Amino acid sequence: MNQNDTNKIWRVISASSLGTLIEWYDFYIFGSLATVIAGQFFPKTNPTAALLSTLATFAAGFIVRPFGALVFGRLGDLIGRKYTFLLTLVLMGGSTFAIGCVPNYETIGFAAPIIVLLLRLLQGLALGGEYGGAATYVAEHAPANRRGYFTSWIQTTATLGLFISLGVILMTRHFLDPDLNKSIAKFNDWGWRIPFLMSLLLVGVSIYIRLKMSESPLFSKLKSEGKTSVNPLKESFGHKANLKMVLVALFGATMGQGVVWYTGQFYAQSFLENVCKIDFDQSRTMLIWAILFGTPLFVIFGSWSDKIGRKWIMLSGMLLAVVTYPYLFKRMLAISKPDSSTIIANKSSSDTVRTLITGTANHLRTINSKMVYTSGMQVQQTATDTVYSSTSLPTTSKPVIKTSKLLGDTDYWQIVLLLFVMIVYVTMVYGPIAAFLVELFPTKIRYTSMSLPYHIGNGVFGGLTPFVATLLTTSFPNNPLAGLMYPMAVALLCLLIGALYINNKIDENVQD
Amino acid sequence: MNLIKKWAGIIWMLAGPLAMYCLIRIAASEIELKPELDTKIQWGVFVLIFLPIALGLVIFGYYAFSGEYDHLPENSDDLT
Repeated sequence: MNQNDTNKIWRVISASSLGTLIEWYDFYIFGSLATVIAGQFFPKTNPTAALLSTLATFAAGFIVRPFGALVFGRLGDLIGRKYTFLLTLVLMGGSTFAIGCVPNYETIGFAAPIIVLLLRLLQGLALGGEYGGAATYVAEHAPANRRGYFTSWIQTTATLGLFISLGVILMTRHFLDPDLNKSIAKFNDWGWRIPFLMSLLLVGVSIYIRLKMSESPLFSKLKSEGKTSVNPLKESFGHKANLKMVLVALFGATMGQGVVWYTGQFYAQSFLENVCKIDFDQSRTMLIWAILFGTPLFVIFGSWSDKIGRKWIMLSGMLLAVVTYPYLFKRMLAISKPDSSTIIANKSSSDTVRTLITGTANHLRTINSKMVYTSGMQVQQTATDTVYSSTSLPTTSKPVIKTSKLLGDTDYWQIVLLLFVMIVYVTMVYGPIAAFLVELFPTKIRYTSMSLPYHIGNGVFGGLTPFVATLLTTSFPNNPLAGLMYPMAVALLCLLIGALYINNKIDENVQD
Repeated sequence: MNLIKKWAGIIWMLAGPLAMYCLIRIAASEIELKPELDTKIQWGVFVLIFLPIALGLVIFGYYAFSGEYDHLPENSDDLT
């Protein structure tokens, strides 16, 4: 590559990656702020609003994302990559900004959850169309011997999008008022809109950059020769020869990649917060550090895949995940469990507040305890129960206990290390996958063919991970690691299929 | 290797309906446990989305059993 080519490919990567990064950011802020948004738009007291909330959560990820892959994949193969992924960016940015502007349920009633639901569906649709376009666009500009390296920059965007969304949310939560509690209250009231509104600026910059880019040279060549596909959907999924590659991409690669990706970045965070009971901010900053240290590995594994092939790097990531997840999660749980013999008595405290329940002689009792341990861990516990005055009833009801743990430095960094290991697996399965998918399909139906297995693997199999894991934890309450059964089983199945049916050969020629 | 690929195809063909059976069983028991509209929609979405995926697994298994994966395409002319 001469200097001109090098400059050009970096411009292509920057323009594509920035847009994809913003799309992931936009998609994640809704997920990360789901509880706050539910309070604003989907009050639990109203069953219809709660129903719309369920639809917003499940339909956007599981139905609309693969549907977006089909709609925009087809467009991308018919009219070109550039204008299609420009359109997805406008859709995503516009709907994200609009969510930040919608008045809440109290102000406009039912219109609020309906508008938010529609905007969330548009977000899912746009995300479904973005990734395939960006990966295809970069790969079609990249030289054959460095395709894994160049496309791996696109692969960093999903994780960096999560990183930025977590960072923006944490900063906004903290900086709205000098008093942290007031700041959080302001954030929950109106401050949550800031991350959404910011999207307009980010998308504006990205659209400007993308508008200046030219169409993919391979697609332009096909178009000038009149060889573009007439019906990309039929050619992708109606012809056995191509359908069999779509199926092997899904069951032998993207399905396992999706669960490893979601377990390392989402289920791990949920596990820290809900099972280990680690403080909201601390569990997020731990993930932020792990992502920060782990992100360069996307590029390293992507680049390495140019030398040794994509298959075994991805499958090794799945194998390591299957083998080590139980240990890693068990270790996180052990670190978060303090040894009661190490309580520092003079720094620990407990107080009880009793409030008379109006209209009864019963009391609401709240016991606030703070335990400080020699490791530096601080455990805040609030137990609330009812003390009955009547002698015919039991003295107290079963208390509702809320626990929040702040870890000491050593424990904190040990968990960052464990999360980092999981992010390494994410980079192994995800770093080379764009190049792998691009090489599997021909130019004229590439956008359509690679988008669908990617979004079923990542969106459906991966997106289900936190839900199924929580369901399993509820079904097996005595086993806190039960949630891992789902990602481990899916990753193992994918590993077996991938090992048997995927070719490790790097396709030199993607120009066909 | 081709023989393993071929016979493993039977497992994938069986795995599709088996996964659907398990999913529908779980969905039914979850709905029975909490018979609310949003539980029904949530599990309805899962069943709806996994139905074509399970069918895809059956087709994948059939292709594997038929020897379609014995030789993978070398270039795009083999695909279209």
